[in-house]
Order: sequence, then structure tokens, then C-alpha cells
Amino acid sequence: MMDESNPTAQAVEVVHTPVVTASASEKAARLNAPTVIDINHVDFYYGQSKALHDIHFPIKEKLVTAFIGPSGCGKSTLLRCLNRMNDLVDGTRIGAGSIKISGIDIYDPSVDVIELRKRVGMVFQKSNPFPKSIYENIVYGLRLQGINNKGRLDETVERSLRGAALWEEVRDRLHTSALGLSGGQQQRLCIARAIAVEPEIILMDEPCSALDPIATVKVEELIHQLKQDYTIVIVTHNMQQAGRCSDITAFFYMGRLIEIDATEKIFTNPTQKQTEDYISGRFG
Amino acid sequence: MTARTHPFRRKTSLATYQETGVFWALRLFTYVILGFGVIIFSTIIYKGSPAVFGSQRLDTTFPFLHNDFLFTKPQTLHVFKYRGEIKQMSAENYYAFVGQAPDAPPTPAASPATASALSSTGVNASDITDHETYSYAAGGIWPQIVGTVLLVIGSMLIALVLGIFSAIYLSEYSKQGPLISAIRLAIINLAGVPSIVFGLFGVGLFVLAFGWNISLMAGWFTLAFMVLPVIITASEESLRAVPKGFREGSLALGATKWQTIYLNVLPYALPGILTSSVLGIARVAGETAPILFTAAYATSDKLPWELNISPDRLHSGFLGYLEYPFAWLHDFAFHGVNALPYHIYVVSSKIPQNAYTERVQYGTAFVFLAVVMIIALASVLLRIRLRSQLKW
Repeated sequence: MMDESNPTAQAVEVVHTPVVTASASEKAARLNAPTVIDINHVDFYYGQSKALHDIHFPIKEKLVTAFIGPSGCGKSTLLRCLNRMNDLVDGTRIGAGSIKISGIDIYDPSVDVIELRKRVGMVFQKSNPFPKSIYENIVYGLRLQGINNKGRLDETVERSLRGAALWEEVRDRLHTSALGLSGGQQQRLCIARAIAVEPEIILMDEPCSALDPIATVKVEELIHQLKQDYTIVIVTHNMQQAGRCSDITAFFYMGRLIEIDATEKIFTNPTQKQTEDYISGRFG
Repeated sequence: MTARTHPFRRKTSLATYQETGVFWALRLFTYVILGFGVIIFSTIIYKGSPAVFGSQRLDTTFPFLHNDFLFTKPQTLHVFKYRGEIKQMSAENYYAFVGQAPDAPPTPAASPATASALSSTGVNASDITDHETYSYAAGGIWPQIVGTVLLVIGSMLIALVLGIFSAIYLSEYSKQGPLISAIRLAIINLAGVPSIVFGLFGVGLFVLAFGWNISLMAGWFTLAFMVLPVIITASEESLRAVPKGFREGSLALGATKWQTIYLNVLPYALPGILTSSVLGIARVAGETAPILFTAAYATSDKLPWELNISPDRLHSGFLGYLEYPFAWLHDFAFHGVNALPYHIYVVSSKIPQNAYTERVQYGTAFVFLAVVMIIALASVLLRIRLRSQLKW
């Protein structure tokens, strides 16, 4: 939370305003951050129907990139391409183009999808804690890797829960069922579970759509903290949310990328008519 | 009556009569069915329970814990008049009574050579008149209980393993398409095949082609194949009922497909699978046709673990000791058993029905009901236990 290199940002954090209020020069520097995910002219198909048309843009390191657009515009599809969750759906394929993470084409046959998913974590729209204890939920990913050292597991649980701003609320009941948590706590638990395996990128598919406003604020604050360590891609229906917590916003419509730019620019001065119509609520 | 003129006033019309008629017809049918059920079950309990709990037990001795009906082998019942008094005795007691070896001619009164001889127990054989024998009507049904329990446990284990494996393949791995739909339809249709057909299938494949003869093993597989369709269908439904989020959440954390299924899908589907297998248990325990030619003997001298393994089958020395458990298991699995439903069939159709045989007839039916209920209850309790641990 504390950004020591930037006293201005620190002052802002103290009053819990998750709006990015960095100086213009700093913002420009951020937008020039190195590219982590390179989406390169991607076409994507569900069976015969084309869901994504020639998507081409980079995702920058340690920034929050928001995908917005009306339902069915392909934003979730694109998100699920980034850790190959679409592999689970029969008949899906990338028709053209490539997605490169740190320069490696993730759809190359030599890629181990298990390793990919360890590096690219995901938080789902509907919070999906497993019906186990809070502790077992967090260590699930580590146990999969064969790590059963109690000291290491305990340490990971505390680090992940602190990272997800949940430690203080659940430290006394780590071994009770995760299903006893409130909706917002469950979603933060899912975030903690995702960061427990130390990914580099976290994908969030409408993480707040089932949460009440207070829980939403907490998750948004958490996103703001997490971007210091992780590259975050978030799909959202809530444009205020995109405005509050993202650095870069991409607007999709009918399977096409219409516009991508710094969030403030998209929300104040979009270049495309469609973007302006959507943001001002004229459709969608 | 003036207050009754409001618009929602109850009117009598054809629809009201129809409504009342339908209600009473439905109620009547339900209670008639229930009535038949009550009559059948209470007859079995009323006539069968004395064989287990008391008044009709033959050879009653003081420690009633030693229940001769449940824990001894069947014997032939001897009924005869001895000095004008009607006596019922099991074969064992009868031969002790007349002081004769069991393999001697069974009706000494009819045999002129021994008629005048006084036996060693002082019973004059000529005093025994009106001697009748009824097979299986004395003693108990211990081998039948053992056989049924063994058949149920073995076949359910086989059916659950095979059923869960194929259900996992069908619901988690296979690509949905015309071939898989056809397979699924075939499995559902198999559930409707009469059990005698499975019995003949078992004879053809396991007893004859595989050369397993009439054995526990052949019975296990025949019964397992009979309940497989039900178990596969129900397991698939239980697997599908596990929320998709559990699979996605697990995969997104870097689990392989099998890790996901094993750790995060199957445990939550198990209660549902066990529920469906309760029905399977009742069917496996109750069917006579599949075991008629594959596993069941009407009489068997020895229980599966009482077989003697002759030493010349084994190597001598240390190797023989190593071989012994395998030989034991082999004999255990490849030896036929008795079973309760088959015993009910035998005692109700192959021996006369009268006051002397009622004990074994109703007693077996009563014990059979109790055994099925106990096994089903055990799996219900197991399910509740699993369910309480894994709730979502």
C-alpha cells in the first residue's frame, strides 16, 4: 500500500481513495511500462461462429487493465484465452494470431497449460471457495505442487490472506469452513487463493458483480494494492469500477476492440463515437 | 344468509365435484397400495420373527444369544411319532436320539433288519412311526446370510469401481457427440433388461467362457453388470451436479484434470453416488435369477472359508506358505455360495408347505428383509456422514 518512491501517492492512499491521482508525467511513464501479454491479431472461434475479430493490443506490466463493453462483446472470452480456460469448452479455437506472455506463444503445442495457469491466476465472477476450511482453500494450489511442509503452508496462508486484506477478519477461524464467510470475504478468499501460488498475472472476471457496494469497495482497494506486485486484467460491467481501479481501459463491441487508452482519456475524451455512446449510457 | 352474497362466494358446480372425486380417487389408490404393502410385510414379520426370536426355534438352549436360526447350517427336519407322541427333531438330534450314524438308512422303522434291534441310546426303532422328513426345515440359514452379504459387498464394490470410472469418463473426459449419446442411451436401456438375461449372460461369459464355474466370482460379476447401468447413470448425474466453479477454480490454480476430479469433484459427488447405490444394493441382494446359474447352490457343506486346501496343491516348504493365502483366496472366490433369495425360492417350491416348514419359509423371508434393510441403512448412514463433511 505504501509507495515509498512517491509521497503524493502515499498521501492519497491514507484517505482510502482508490482513484488513480498520479501526476501526468508519472502516468505517461506507467503507460510505457514493459509489455507482459502481447495479444497479436487474434481471431477466436466457438465452433463455426467467430467471437473475436483481429484483437491486437499489449497488456502492460503491473498496471490494471480493464475490459469493458456490453454483454456478449467478447471481453470474457478474451480474458479466458489468456490462461487457456477456453480449452475446457469443446470446439473452441484460436483461428489466427497469437497470444504471447513474456514472449512465449501460450498456444504453442510445447506449452504446458498447467505451468501457464500457475503463472496466470484467475478470479471468477461467482466466488467459488471450495467446501473446505479457509486454510485448505489457500493451500490447495501448493498441495497440488506437492508442498506439504507445515511451516511453509502456514507462512503462505498468512501472506496470502494479508495480501488479500482478509487476515485480520479470519485469523481466528482458519480451520472453519470457507462457506461460512460473507460473499465479499469469499471473493477475497478466492483472490488470496489465487495469489498463494505466486502468479505474475491475475485475471479477474467481473469479480464484484455479485457483491454489495461495501464489499465491492474492499475488493477495489485490494486491486489497487495488488497492482504493486501483479499485472491485473479485470473484466467489468461496471464502468465506474473501471474508472476507479484501472489504469488502462479497453472497450470491446461485437467481438472487436474499439478503443484502448489510458482510463482517464477513455472516460473523458474517447476518440471513437461508439465508446462515447457506451460510456455515456446511450447503449449497452 | 344476506352476508353470503359476496363475489367470491363458494359455488357448487361440476368442477367442485370433479375436484372432490379426483382427490378421493387418488387417496384411495394410494391407501390401497399402502394396505397391500402393510399386509405383505406384517405377514412376513408375524410369521417369520418367531423363527428368529423365540417360540418356534427348535433346539432351544438357554443362552439365547446363540441363535440357532441365524447362526447354524440348514438341516433336514425329522417328524415322527414316538410312542404316540409327535416329535420334531433336526437331523443331528434325531440321529443322536436313535443312536445311529447319519449315513445309515434314514428310516429305521421301515427297515426290517433294524426294526427289532434296540439302539445304543435305548430307543426302540419300532416305536418310531409316521416318520417324515423335510429338507432344510430344521437348523438355520447361516450359510445363506453369509452368501448374500458376500455377494452384495463384492458385486457392489465391482459395480461402484466400474460405474464411477465410466461415469467420470462420460461426464468429464468424453467429447459430447452422437457416439457418446448412443452409448448413454444403450446404458439407460440396459437398466430395463430382465435379470434372467443378465443371469444367462453370466453363465455364457463367466461360468462357461471364462471357466469360473458356479462361483462367488461369477456371481459378483453377473450382479455387478446387472446394477452397472443404474450406477453409471446416477453417478453421471451426481458428477454433473457438482458446480462448474469447483472445476474451474481448481484448474485455474494449476491442477491437472485428474487432480481436479479426484480432489475437487468426486468427493462432492460421492454422497449422491452412494444414494443411488442403495437401490442397487436392494436389487443385488434380492435378485434370484442372476445367481441361479452363476453362484448359488441349494446346499453346500462348507462356507467359503471352510474349504480344505490339500497340501499337494502347494509347493513344499517356505514357498508353500507363500502360496497358501493365494490358494485360500482362489478357493474363496471360486466356490459357490448359498444365498437368501435362492433359499426362499427353494424352500417355497421344493419342499411341502405345512406347519413344519413354515418356520424356515417365513423365517428366511423375514431375515432377508432385515439383511437388506441393515445393508441399506449402513450405506445411508455412510452417506449422511460424507454429506455432513462435504457440504456446500
